[in-house]
Amino acid sequence: METKTKFELKLGVATREAFGKALVEAGRKNKDIVALDADLSKSTYTHFFAKEFPDRFIECGIAEADMMAIAAGLASSGKIPFAASFSCFAINKGFEQLRVAVAFPNVNVKVVGTHSGISIGEDGPSQMSIEDLGLACSLPGFSVLSPADEVAMTALVHAAVAHAGPVFLRAGRPKAPIVHSAGQHFEIGGSVQLVDGKDLTIIAHGLLVAEAIRAQETLEAEGISARVIDMYSIKPLDRATIQRAAAETGALVVAEEHLVATGLGVRVAQAAAETHPCPIEFVGIQDTYAESGAPEELMEKYGLVARDVVSAAKRVLKRK
Amino acid sequence: MKKTSNVAELQAIAKQIRRDIVEMITHAKSGHPGGSLSAVEILVTLFFDVLRHDPDNPKWPDRDRFILSKGHAAPVLYSVFAECGYTPKDQLNTLRKLGSIYQGHPDVRFIPALEASTGSLGEGLSIGIGMALAAKLDQRPTRTYVVLGDGEIQEGQIWEAAMFAGDKGVDNLVAIVDYNHIQLDGFVNDIMPLDPLPDKWTAFNWHTIDLDGHSIPALQAAFAEAAATKGKPTTIIAHTIKGKGVSFMENNPKFHGTAPTEDEMKKALLELA
Repeated sequence: METKTKFELKLGVATREAFGKALVEAGRKNKDIVALDADLSKSTYTHFFAKEFPDRFIECGIAEADMMAIAAGLASSGKIPFAASFSCFAINKGFEQLRVAVAFPNVNVKVVGTHSGISIGEDGPSQMSIEDLGLACSLPGFSVLSPADEVAMTALVHAAVAHAGPVFLRAGRPKAPIVHSAGQHFEIGGSVQLVDGKDLTIIAHGLLVAEAIRAQETLEAEGISARVIDMYSIKPLDRATIQRAAAETGALVVAEEHLVATGLGVRVAQAAAETHPCPIEFVGIQDTYAESGAPEELMEKYGLVARDVVSAAKRVLKRK
Repeated sequence: MKKTSNVAELQAIAKQIRRDIVEMITHAKSGHPGGSLSAVEILVTLFFDVLRHDPDNPKWPDRDRFILSKGHAAPVLYSVFAECGYTPKDQLNTLRKLGSIYQGHPDVRFIPALEASTGSLGEGLSIGIGMALAAKLDQRPTRTYVVLGDGEIQEGQIWEAAMFAGDKGVDNLVAIVDYNHIQLDGFVNDIMPLDPLPDKWTAFNWHTIDLDGHSIPALQAAFAEAAATKGKPTTIIAHTIKGKGVSFMENNPKFHGTAPTEDEMKKALLELA
């Protein structure tokens, strides 16, 4: 696979904004797409869609449970609903409805959770979604996607439209560094190898992909060759790529802005354990809630920056 | 299937549905007879007179939608479905058994003609709103009917949905509350009273009709009134009797969620002869 050797990591738009723009594009092509929001449309960027398609935008008020089940009814009648809110509210407050009204009958609802992780910053832990991927992945039939940048988000919004079945798309609040080239292919169940390497593999999603690239550059300067993979499809998981990485590099680091206990890491470990057990280190949020602060300060304090990935890489290499 | 507005014919169907309910729950040895029997006239009036539907073409896009939000009353829906010809009548007594299409609660995976999988109380009204909104977007004549349990409307989501549909004027939506006054732990009035129930729906900007939920003519008139009501959804508060039609089940909390014995079934079927 052809991979880059140098990344600019230029700051792009936030993935939530990329979602809002892509939804409008998708809405122009497909009149069955409708958007629902629970009084956060200016934050989730569904207001772009609301402006262009007022008749296809449904403001539900602050009632996420109602919103998810309304989306289920719309989907059962042939619509392609995108129901958006902060990720913590969409998943946690809508969870029972996502279980019984969406996942169980397997209806075609797309859930978009913005402001995920702790990088929402100053609003603090009640607004931070650190459990969302674990909960979403626990729903049978759900596809769960965590794009790293605007390129990935745009492509995955269109992939979600094309996919018949429930999808959870995770988006972030801050502007996201661009890690992918224009035209990069994304698909549900896929992944992108950004850098090849032989000593270990760093697997990441969301904002941690850029940190993984920064870590790889640091490691390279020290003579350590790290492969970097954007594992944006949390479920279904690109097991073949993980197993190949485990077999070829013999050590993995998984880095994510989510609880380590229920995030991508445990899923990667399961896939590796089945065919190529190897040492794995996990960079993520430990068994705790965070606090208010600037996003970059929080990422530092809770161990989610390149330095933490480098440390984990060195630990895992010692265990090889 | 034959549709009819004739009250005597509808009453005869209702009696047959009651017999099916008692038999299938007895064979299953578990289930919810009380709240199935209380809703019989509501479902019979809808499926055999009011609803625009076609068992030979269950996914007809212009059909009316029906959701049994109180999913534990599945036996009434299954016996009506079988009577309409959607599902096999001779399998009704496989209710709740492994491999049966007649699952403990309605499940679209087993019966695709169902509009929703229900059983977790409080969700059906919101799902119905979604279907009603889709019909409006597509300019279809479809109307959506949702049967709610009285205990069910203790769920907060019902009032989120009530606020939404009232505000948005979802006038192609009808909620029917099967007000039989009994829930699993006992009498609704002892657990979490609902009154003044019509006032609550009216305050949420719904057109509200209060009626005897076992009176087929009253139900027919109410569904016609709902269809003629523009700009507001309609809720029908259907005053019913839990276990209606079987003397020892009527108003008896025990038969919310207990199956009759073989002897009780025989007694019940004699009463429903």
